[in-house]
Amino acid sequence: MTWLTLLLDVQDTSAASYLPIAIQLIFAAGFVAAMIGMSALVGPKRQTKDKLETFTSGITTHGDARQPMAIKYFLVAILFVLFDVEVIFFYPYAVNFRSLGWAGFVEVLMFVGFFLIGFTYIIKKGALTWED
Amino acid sequence: MTILALDWFLLIEKLILIAIIIFASLGVALYTTFAERKVAAILQDRPGPNRAGPFGLLQPLADGLKLITKEEIIPTHANKWLFILGPGLAMTAALMTCAVVPWGGTIEVLGHQVDLQIADVNIGILYVFAVVSMGVYGVMIGGWASNNKFSLMAALRAASQAISYELAMGLSLIALLMVTGSLSLRTIVEQQVGHVWNIVYQPLGFLIFFICALAECNRTPFDLPEAENELNFGYHQEYSSMKLGFYLFSEYINMFISSTIMATMFFGGYDLPFVTSHLSIPGTAAIVGIVVLMAKVVMFIFLFMWIRWTIPRFRYDQLMDLGWKKMIPLALANMLVTGFFILWHQNNWHF
Repeated sequence: MTWLTLLLDVQDTSAASYLPIAIQLIFAAGFVAAMIGMSALVGPKRQTKDKLETFTSGITTHGDARQPMAIKYFLVAILFVLFDVEVIFFYPYAVNFRSLGWAGFVEVLMFVGFFLIGFTYIIKKGALTWED
Repeated sequence: MTILALDWFLLIEKLILIAIIIFASLGVALYTTFAERKVAAILQDRPGPNRAGPFGLLQPLADGLKLITKEEIIPTHANKWLFILGPGLAMTAALMTCAVVPWGGTIEVLGHQVDLQIADVNIGILYVFAVVSMGVYGVMIGGWASNNKFSLMAALRAASQAISYELAMGLSLIALLMVTGSLSLRTIVEQQVGHVWNIVYQPLGFLIFFICALAECNRTPFDLPEAENELNFGYHQEYSSMKLGFYLFSEYINMFISSTIMATMFFGGYDLPFVTSHLSIPGTAAIVGIVVLMAKVVMFIFLFMWIRWTIPRFRYDQLMDLGWKKMIPLALANMLVTGFFILWHQNNWHF
């Protein structure tokens, strides 16, 4: 009976609204696993060495893909993390900004100012330039 | 014990709702592939698929059946478990986004009020963002685990494109949140019922959101991860059978869900405009709501397809330039202007 009481406890808090999401996660993951498993069972299995080679349109493969890629992608990822954190900071402001009034607006203007300074810096540094 | 009985009803109600919505979104995705081929055929003045069933209507079922019964190939150099996890994660993430969408009003079943929404969480749209971001992992893991240079390049492109456009997307929604003051999708829809839709307040925000949605769904003109003339086939080129099917499927489900989100956030969701009086038969209002929402969604999906078969693909540097140097400043400006005008209006046009 412990899990039943757990269910009841969950109901009393705001976490109750997340319970259906947990059920849906189990449902969706189960469906996906079942489909992948089923196609593995149903399909034919006539695998040869050539068939399991890495596909490169008939050209002989040279090495594998476990090697460094262009640094640009890494830069984009790092910049995304930085800027996404700043974007997330706007969300609580956007929900409460009516009560914060003009004082809050000026503070956000300053925040956007800092945001833009960083943004200009990375553009000037050429972090987002793709053609050399 | 009455509390327990209520719990069980809620649990069963949610289970049925989840099953219906997941299978409905799968069905919609299945027939979106068919619609895409038909729309392409009409735009290119050819008949399109017309052999399987009347008007080719059984074509998607035949395609699905074919995908399941195909041979599964896991390349010898691939990372086996991550190779399987990739499409699974992409598909699970795609199926999870529909949890917070309000599909209609409330219907009464056996004396209980049933909301046509799986979970009305107060962070609504943030949840959608979080789950959509998980989908990027699916592509990234799949592309890396394939151990194929083309797959890896395509996966990197997909990931960096998705995260770049996610920034502008988040910023464009902040302006909308300033208008609505809530993150809950149901609240946002209820504010629009009987009033003007949010598109009137946020035309630029919608445009930015729509462009970003195209990029997030890897749709033309942003389908760089699937640029077959540069990358063979894209991040899923080592995949076969249902694992390939899941990648393609998750893309169509994402298209469906982003159309739903756009209809909900900017176009009133299940609201039928100019009809303020409630329809007299109980339950009818909710059903009309679902039909109205679906009509809006179909319109958006058609727009996605129309763009795909009309506009050519960007070059990669153009894509990144548009995302970082144009969309983000534009979305920031939109946010500040919106905030300024709302505060100005709130203070009766005084400072």
